[in-house]
Formats: sequence, structure tokens, C-alpha cells
Amino acid sequence: MSLPIGKKIVFYTLLIITAAIVFAPTVMAFVMSFMSNKDIMTGSMPSVLTFDNYVKAFNQFPLLQYLFNSFLISIVIMLGQLILSSLAAYAFVFLEFKGRDMLFYLFIATMMVPFEASVIPNFHTIRDLGWIDTYPGLSVPFFAMAFGTFLLRQNFKQIPKELREASLITGMGDFKFYLTVVLPVARTSLVTLGAYGFLTSWNMYLWPLLATTNDSVRTVQIGLKQLQTQEQLNDWGVIMAGAIIVIIPTLILLFLGQKQLQKGLTEGALK
Amino acid sequence: MSMPNTIAEPIESKLDFEHYKRKERIKSWAKGMLFLLPSIILFTVFLFYPLVRTIYLSFFLTNAAGETTVFVGWENFARMFNSPIFMQSMKSTFLFVLYTVPLTIIISLFLALLANEKLRGIGIFRTIYSSTMGISVAAASVFWLYLFHPSIGFLNMIVTGLGFERIGWLTDPTWALIAVAITTIWMNLGFTFLILLGGLQSIDGYLYESADIDGAGYFYKLKNITIPMLSPTLFFVVTVTIINAFQTFGQIDILTQGGPQNTTNLIVYSIYREAFVNYQFGSASAQAVVLFIIILIMTIIQFKLGERKVHYQ
Amino acid sequence: MGHVELVDLSKSYDKQKSVLDGINLTIEEGEFFVLVGPSGSGKSTLLRMIAGLEEITGGTLKINNETVNHLPPKDRNLSMVFQNYALYPHLNVEQNILFGLRAKKVSKQEQQERLMEAVEMMGLGEYLKRKPRELSGGQRQRVALARSIVSQAPLCLMDEPLSNLDAKLRAHMRIEIRRLQKRLGLTMVYVTHDQVEAMTMGDRIMVLNDGKIQQVGKPIHLYNEPANLFVASFIGSPKMNLGNAVFVEESKELVIENALSIKNNSAYLENIKRTEKLKIGIRAEHIFPATSETATHHLEVVNVEQLGNETIVAFDIGAELWTAKWAGQWSVQVGERVPVKIDMDYLCFFNAKTGDLIRPAHFSKEKEVAAI
Repeated sequence: MSLPIGKKIVFYTLLIITAAIVFAPTVMAFVMSFMSNKDIMTGSMPSVLTFDNYVKAFNQFPLLQYLFNSFLISIVIMLGQLILSSLAAYAFVFLEFKGRDMLFYLFIATMMVPFEASVIPNFHTIRDLGWIDTYPGLSVPFFAMAFGTFLLRQNFKQIPKELREASLITGMGDFKFYLTVVLPVARTSLVTLGAYGFLTSWNMYLWPLLATTNDSVRTVQIGLKQLQTQEQLNDWGVIMAGAIIVIIPTLILLFLGQKQLQKGLTEGALK
Repeated sequence: MSMPNTIAEPIESKLDFEHYKRKERIKSWAKGMLFLLPSIILFTVFLFYPLVRTIYLSFFLTNAAGETTVFVGWENFARMFNSPIFMQSMKSTFLFVLYTVPLTIIISLFLALLANEKLRGIGIFRTIYSSTMGISVAAASVFWLYLFHPSIGFLNMIVTGLGFERIGWLTDPTWALIAVAITTIWMNLGFTFLILLGGLQSIDGYLYESADIDGAGYFYKLKNITIPMLSPTLFFVVTVTIINAFQTFGQIDILTQGGPQNTTNLIVYSIYREAFVNYQFGSASAQAVVLFIIILIMTIIQFKLGERKVHYQ
Repeated sequence: MGHVELVDLSKSYDKQKSVLDGINLTIEEGEFFVLVGPSGSGKSTLLRMIAGLEEITGGTLKINNETVNHLPPKDRNLSMVFQNYALYPHLNVEQNILFGLRAKKVSKQEQQERLMEAVEMMGLGEYLKRKPRELSGGQRQRVALARSIVSQAPLCLMDEPLSNLDAKLRAHMRIEIRRLQKRLGLTMVYVTHDQVEAMTMGDRIMVLNDGKIQQVGKPIHLYNEPANLFVASFIGSPKMNLGNAVFVEESKELVIENALSIKNNSAYLENIKRTEKLKIGIRAEHIFPATSETATHHLEVVNVEQLGNETIVAFDIGAELWTAKWAGQWSVQVGERVPVKIDMDYLCFFNAKTGDLIRPAHFSKEKEVAAI
């Protein structure tokens, strides 16, 4: 299926132009993060490239603390989602019991409740639990995940029932089967879901804004907002340096797992 | 668990099996619930309860702590629908959906079609197109905040370079919503592109080969094979994009804070402001109920229309 | 041990239509017992009920004289081989074989001993570290067998284990499984839809259709004396030629499908009621080739299959298509009228209404041998 040369030129031209446009804001931010404020304000090409902006960003803001908070929260959410989703998916695929279908519809129903619409009582719940400015307050509400359950259920369904039956004959219990067979066999979709969970948790905005009031547990996203609003001199280089730091972990994750994510998300969405 | 080894009385043993089966059923039910319990508990606490509580709150006035003070019935809703600010918010929200959804889909589809060609180095382009998925709302908003900057922003440099007046992208009521929409479209491209590319790649290659044998051209194949085969994916993407558009928050918070003149005061931002700036939890809940109903309708439409294509069973 | 007894066993889902009904059966220790039937006959369900993977709706299941209805699979002391082999894709061959033993906490040393024995028996020595996806179908099959061997369970259940293999390998594995079963003295319950497998492997066969036992017996018995029309057409290849038949001229002649009349020269037909609606059946190898002198009929050939060692010739008999199987190579042309010999003694008689056998073909064993 190789294309004629004329078509190839057309496609490459379109690809390059569109890629340039899509990537421009990111590249621009990246370059700006190494530029001096003078160059930025005068709108000239960079005359010098320095790390000053990064040094400033780290010095003026507890960015390391923010980064650590974001990492911790994202990883905890990711693990929580993986554990809860895989347990639920296991029940929906391998266990038979009364009310299972009804519960499955209940899970579907949860997709109809946007988090944004229930943010007020959730804020009160977290506050009443004393979870404001704590890691649990930032992570626990996101553990249960209908999308993740569907994605894994789809994947678990491809595991032949005979594997479970063979293990029944040898006398293996459900939990052990879940741990030693289902999870290893489905590890690629677990990785996909994990990457997706990490990505979305890292990029969360509204909830960390509400559930944090000080630097101790504040995430890097809210930190970036602070950087932008508190930067008196409108020092764009520092702001961009902050933004680049924020997006680097997720961009790396995306570049590594793009193929997997694409496959996994399409499956979860459509089957 | 002692079972009779002898089956001297078949009737008795039969009864025993029934008892055993019942026990077995209870055991398997308990096991199923055990696996589901963590999810069910969290859904209950952070999803179903808040939903009920939101509806409840929407009929009350509250104090700053969020405790109900006076039952006001439908008054919150009545006042809301008479409030020019809320109606502006609804108008902006729907306009925003109208601006972002079709363009996001069309551009993403175009990019996905380009990136689905089997060309050397296509992986790089795919990575670039999907890159915006890895860029957070906060970072993306900061990027565009600069691009929209009235004096040093890149966009106004182009505008003035072309001999036009500077545009107050984020301060001019006619432009602000468009500016937020552009940011949003750019942000959402990555995810939408990735899903559509996945959809394109799952189309059976034989369909194209047999069309090639029949001598079909690129656009003929696009219209008669690609789009119909992609329709379930497109459908899913449309719904998700619409729902996402209704939930827009971060861009607003960083770019415009709802201004100018409330033109970018989209519904979630409006809820946020009413609840966490004005501490009017009752009327904020009434707005949240409206948001919930809108999303509910969108989801039901997806399930109804997509029933044949989107199977969860 | 491993003596399986099914007493009035039945199965139904949601108290609806029963899938299996009134199954009474005893499987002897060390026996190779085959459950055969078309798809949907309930044979797999029956096997899975013995395994404990399906709940028993009614009746009693006994293994080793002990009622096991209520016991989970692991307490029934049996092993099972599945159609798709049920190998764990993330484990290598060795881990797969030892999977059950590890779950049962058999000692490491014992595990290794049993592994070595099974691996040697199945010739898997060089594949121990490979993953299932790196193995051919036949090798996977052997791993599944090895897994069953190491369990040392006296009762082995197999659910269509050969249906994913190609014909050649299948023929080979038939022999291997049979040898394995004899060597280990296993009691085998083997499910298949393939009557050739049933005939060649089983000590005894049970034919199942629509959830009911059609016939139980030794393969050759089922072949010679099928209990009803279903067994007659299911067992044997090519299938038994069948046709409606009536006696005419005071029982002097039998007319089949209004097309073929046979002189009644048999002395063994007294017990057949002449008023009953009859169906007769005749095996393909019992429509003998003849010379013009010995021929009873001349039939027009509609198709010829040359298999090298034998020739299959097809004829139209009324609405039925009959086949004759002749040893050796015969040069017969389509459209030709060939002389054949059809003898009353080789006919099986069935009740056309109920399908039950009235009288099996009457011929002595010596005659049979001589004919082939």
C-alpha cells in the first residue's frame, strides 16, 4: 500500500503544516522558558538562552513540594483506580450472583453524574472529614471509576472462562485467581488504564483548587496558577518555565504510551 | 460442613442439597459484593450522596458553612431563571458548546485521517498531534494567556502585522468566548485525535483493498467506507466532547475569571463562583441540578442513539 | 478407583426447559467412556456437571460410591482437559503443568518428580521454558495432557480436546490419549461430537441427543444394533442408508421408498408387525457389488468417490440418497447402471413413528468378516 509520489508530497505538506500549528504553543512556551524577560517583552528572537527562569521558579515557589504532591496524589489515585476497577471488573466477569446485572447498570449510571455537578456536597464531606489540605482528601474521591471498570471488564472478558474452570478444579480461590492469573494476563490494559489515570489525576484542576488552602499538599497545577497570578512583574519566562515543568511528566508518559493509550481507550469506549 | 456419606434416605439427602445450594448462593453473593464493595462505597459517598444532597440543597438557603437555614421550595430555581447573569451563563455555555464541539471533531478527524496514512515517520506526527492530551488545563491556559496577551502576545503581533487593530482577545466581550473556545479546542485535540485514530485503525483493511480493486478514489472511500465505519467512534467522541464542554472550568479560571461582562461565565464556573466565592450554596446547587440534567440528557441520548453501536453487555 | 455413577441426573436453567433429563449411567473404573452427540445435545453440560462446574438440578452424582453433588470441583479428585486447553498465557510450560500442584501445595520435590514423569511421557522436554503462544496446537494439547497427568487424579474428564487440531494430528493424538489412559489406568470421560473419535477411542459410548440418552454400549454394538434411527444415522461413516418400507403381496416382498423391492427370503421377520409403518436401514458396506447373475438390483450411479482403498458409490432411492462402500478400486461411471446385491438379512428395521429399533440386521459375524 505505498502511495504515488504526488500524493505523498501532498500528505507530507499537510502533515508538517498541521503539526507545526498544533505543536507551536508548546514549542513557543519551551523556547520562552529559556529566554530573558527583555527579549520576551520586546518580542524579539531569543538573544540568549538561560536557565535563569527555572532557577527563579524553583526559588520563588515551592515547586518541588508541588511536584512531589502531584506525583504522590496521581500515583495514589492511579493505584486506587486500578485496584477498585479491577476488583469490580472481576466480579462482573467471573462471579455469578444475584443482582449483578442491576449493579452493573448502577455503574453505568455513575457516568451520568458529572463530578462538577456534585462538587458542593463533596467539598462539605471532605471538610467534615477534616480532609481539607490532606492527601486522602485529594485522592480518595477519585478511586471508584466506571470507565476503568468497563475497560477492564472488556479485557477480562477476553480471558477464556476455561482458565477459571481449570483453576477451580485445582481448588484455587477467586482472590488468588484474580491475583495470579487475571492481573498478569491483563497487565497491558492495566498499564493503559494506569497511564490514563495518572494523566488525568496530574492534570486535575477544580478539585485541588477547592481542597487545598496552603502549600503543604497543593498540586503543581494550582501552583502554576499561583505562579501566574502572583508574578508581579509579569515575568513570562518564569511562568513558562513553571508550565514546562508541569507538562514534562505527562508528555513523557504520553510519548511512551501513546500507542497503548490509543488502543486501550478506543476499546474501553466502544466495545 | 459435614455431609452425610451415606445416602440411605434419598429424600433427606435431596433436601440437604437444596440447603447446600442456598448456602452456596449466599456465599457467592457475598463474594461478589466483597469485590464490588470498595467501588460501591466510594460511589455512594462521593457520587450518589452528593447528587441527592445537591438536589436537597437546591431547595434551601444556606449559611456560609453550607448548612441549610430556610426552606424556599422552588424559589432558587425561579430566581435563577429570572437572573440575567444566569441566563447569560446558559447562553454562553451553549454558544461555547457550539463553538468548540464541531470544530474539535472536524479538526481531529482531519488530523486522524492524515496520521492514518502509512507513511515513513508517521509516528512523530501522531505523537505531536496527541501531545495536547498530556498538557494540563493550567499549562495550556498559561500558554494561550501569553498568546492572547494584548501587547506582546503572538496573535496580536500577527494581527497588527497584517495591518489590523489590536484585538482585546480576553477583554473584549465579543472575542473572549472565542478565545476560550480556541484554547479549549487546542487542548481537546489530543484526546479526540487519539480516539479517532484508534477508530480508523480498527477498520478492516480488506474493505479498502476491495475498493482499490474497484478503482475507488480517496474521497469516495472516505465517504463510503471510512465515515460509515467510523460512525460509532465519531458518535462516542461527539458525546464526550459535548459533556466535556459543559464541564469547562480551568481555562475560564485562568484566562478570564468569567469576564468580561460575564460573557465567559460558563455554568461550572458560575456554580463555583456562587458556591465558593459568594457562599450561596442553595442557588449554586440549583445551578448544579441544571448541569446534571443537561449531562443526563446528553448521556441518555448517547445510550439511546448509540444502542446498536455502543454495546456494554 | 474412580467409578462414576449418575442416578436420574437432570439439569435445567431457571426452572425452564430441561437441558438434560433422566440420565442414569454407571462408568466403570478404568473405563474409557465417550459421550457423543451433536452440538446442543447436552454432552458438555453433563461433563461439566460431573466436574462440578455446573450445578446439578436433580438426581444424584456419585464418585467412588460417595455422593458428590455438593462438593466443589477441587474435592472431587479429578482432572480436566478443555477444548481450548485453558493454558495460562503468562506462564511457561513448566509453570502451566505445575499450576495445580502449586495451588494444592504439593512439596517441591514431589512436583519435580511428577513434572519429569509427565514431560517425558508427553515429549515436552525441550519446551519447558516456552510460553503457550510459542507452541503449536499439538504441543499445547500435550501440555494440557501433561497438566492432567501430574494431578494424578484417577478420573480424567476431556471436553472435545482434539477439535482444534488438524485431521492428521487428531488421528495421532487419538492413539496417544488412548495409550495414556490405559497406561495410567485412568477412568476417562471423554466428550466429542465426532463419531469417529467415539468409535475408535471408547470402551463404551453413550449417544446423547436433546438431553436424553439414546443408547449406551460398546462401539461395535452401537454400529451393528443402533437402538433407534438417531443412533443409526449418527454412528458410522458414511451414515446408514435409510428408507421408508412396506411389505406387499402378503409379505413376499418389501418395497422401499416406492423404488426398490426386495424379496423376503428371510426366516427372521416373523416378529415384525406387518401393519406398522416401517423404516429400514442398511450399511453402505452391505450393498454389495454383484455380477449380472448374482445381482438383485441394477441401480443408476449418481456419484462416485474414489478413495484409493475403497470406492463409494451413490444411488438415488426414491427421495433418499444411498451410498455403497466397496473395497478396492471400481471403475464405475456416473449414469451407469450397476448390478448390486441387497439382502434382506442386512436390513435393520425401525418403527417409523417412534424411531425405535424393531430388529437389527441379521448376519453372523463370520459372514461379516467374509464380506469385507
